[in-house]
Amino acid sequence: MSDTILQVQDLRINFKTYAGIVQAVRGVNFELKAGETLAIVGESGSGKSVTSNALMKLIPQPPGIYESGKILFNGRDLIPLSDKQMSKVRGNEIAMIFQDPMTSLNPTMRIGRQITEVILQHKKISRSEAKKRAIELLTQVGIPMPEKRYKQYPHEFSGGMRQRVVIAIALAADPKLLIADEPTTALDVTIQAQILELMKEIQKTSNTSIIFITHDLGVVANVADRVAVMYAGQIVEYGTVNEIFYNPKHPYTWGLLGSMPDIDSNSDELLRTIPGSPPDLIHPPKGDAFAARNEFALAIDYEKEPPMFQISETHFAKTWLLHPDAPKIPIPEAVSKRIEGYLAKEDQLNV
Amino acid sequence: MSKKLLEIKNLTQHFGSSNNPIKAVDGISFDIYEGETLGLVGESGCGKSTTGRSIIRLYDITGGEVIFDGKDVHGKKSAKELKQFNREMQMIFQDPYASLNPRMTAGEIISESFDIHGLYKNKKERREKVASLLEAVGLNKEHANRYAHEFSGGQRQRIGIARALSLNPSFIIADEPISALDVSIQAQVVNLLKQLQKEHNLTYLFIAHDLSMVKYISDRIAVMYSGKIVEIGLADDIYHSPVHPYTKSLLSAIPLPDPLSESRRTRIPYVHEEVDESASFHEVSDKHFVYGTVATVQKWKDTE
Repeated sequence: MSDTILQVQDLRINFKTYAGIVQAVRGVNFELKAGETLAIVGESGSGKSVTSNALMKLIPQPPGIYESGKILFNGRDLIPLSDKQMSKVRGNEIAMIFQDPMTSLNPTMRIGRQITEVILQHKKISRSEAKKRAIELLTQVGIPMPEKRYKQYPHEFSGGMRQRVVIAIALAADPKLLIADEPTTALDVTIQAQILELMKEIQKTSNTSIIFITHDLGVVANVADRVAVMYAGQIVEYGTVNEIFYNPKHPYTWGLLGSMPDIDSNSDELLRTIPGSPPDLIHPPKGDAFAARNEFALAIDYEKEPPMFQISETHFAKTWLLHPDAPKIPIPEAVSKRIEGYLAKEDQLNV
Repeated sequence: MSKKLLEIKNLTQHFGSSNNPIKAVDGISFDIYEGETLGLVGESGCGKSTTGRSIIRLYDITGGEVIFDGKDVHGKKSAKELKQFNREMQMIFQDPYASLNPRMTAGEIISESFDIHGLYKNKKERREKVASLLEAVGLNKEHANRYAHEFSGGQRQRIGIARALSLNPSFIIADEPISALDVSIQAQVVNLLKQLQKEHNLTYLFIAHDLSMVKYISDRIAVMYSGKIVEIGLADDIYHSPVHPYTKSLLSAIPLPDPLSESRRTRIPYVHEEVDESASFHEVSDKHFVYGTVATVQKWKDTE
């Protein structure tokens, strides 16, 4: 758990559209260590998928523009690499699992060939060895009767089984970094739980780092070591999973946590909501992008963008509320009560 | 509890050839009471959406009965009777992108039902009604002239809700109304549904696979598996003392926003046990029913 394999520094990505330039990612910084899972959470349009696609250099140019920043993978910046150089990284050192297993597999190719294709592309081994490896992979991801399944087409698989195949393809070249973009959103809860278990197991055995993109906070709590909360193209809070869930500092994180109902929450109360909708990133608002939806917004939020305030060695949040001169605003009661409930349950178990 | 608004008796819905049918809904019975929300949960393919669609007569049912307010929904009806029934029962669909006609403005979408039912013939009256519906769902009357693509997902779903409300129905089937929306927007829509329920004394059948949201919005919950309802009861009973192994498995898979408890999560796998012909509903506690044979239900209760 020591060496950093990925450093993203001041990443900015724009898209040229007829309406103007959309600033989809506006200065994102984070790091990832070997064997660690970082979850990126945020609403649609917050830039989480653009960030992850950028890591694989999958942003089409045009309309996309890598405005500035560095993506250091094992110390090497990926942004200036040519397509040819990138194709040695893609699928080999960094692999991706997409959201929809129905569309990310080729319907006209047998499963087996879709896996060996990756192995043969990146490894100098014979076809028969590649086939052996593919069957091993299918076994590893928990597909029964791998020899028979190897010869089948995607339509012969259920949704959960297809996602297992997608994971097998991603693992085919032993990547060091796995990017999973909403890998369980299209699946049922029971299947989702199985896929999450599988990903954690793979991580344990191969020490792969994972970037997990999702909007489901329950899933984040289940898989992540570290969490980045994104809003309007920026990371607004960053910390370990316990810091984000038990000591959240950014009002947007409060909003996200509050808008999820709890198994024990009283259904007579209305859910806390975040009013309004995310800002237009063609003309990002002046100051704090979240100000307009923030019930605790200060006057300065409309004037000046807040810096990242450090709360602990690992915990950062981008809100003026953390400035020493800002009024002390406690976490909204609905959220704090729930956190207390969770922690009280823990205490009981530890007694 | 108040009176039964809807009685579903042995509803079956088969698709495909009659010698080898796909039994999407395989003989289910339940009641929905006036003013309550019944949550219907289960994995994809279990028949929950088909159930909703069969109730509202989008499908011709294979067998059984749906009785709404004392009248048979699927019985022979004159056009006038059918219209009357359609006014009472409406549906909110899952995908707010696919369920609104892109060539119509929000106002036209909402008022289309007025043409069909010959209501609000006066232009001014109609405009006022559309405005009041838009306001009821948290939009404003200027939105009436805009097209669907000019709205965000959450706003579109609000238009879908306004359309469902346009004829003052008493019963609404919401088929995964929030699963296509972002978390913060989901909360807005769920709050809206709850608020409208209070104001208009609506009865909901809320179909979903997000179990924490279902628990929050429902008074009672029915769990469906493979075309059958396996457990039905008050929301708290289903969540805190589930009896059927499938319900237990389903609940054990819901991730909670609590990292420490997540680190200890153990999922209970479900192994389907065939139940024989004698299977039926057994009341395990007040208003809490489990489907199975006498022996299996006893066994499940003992392993609790």
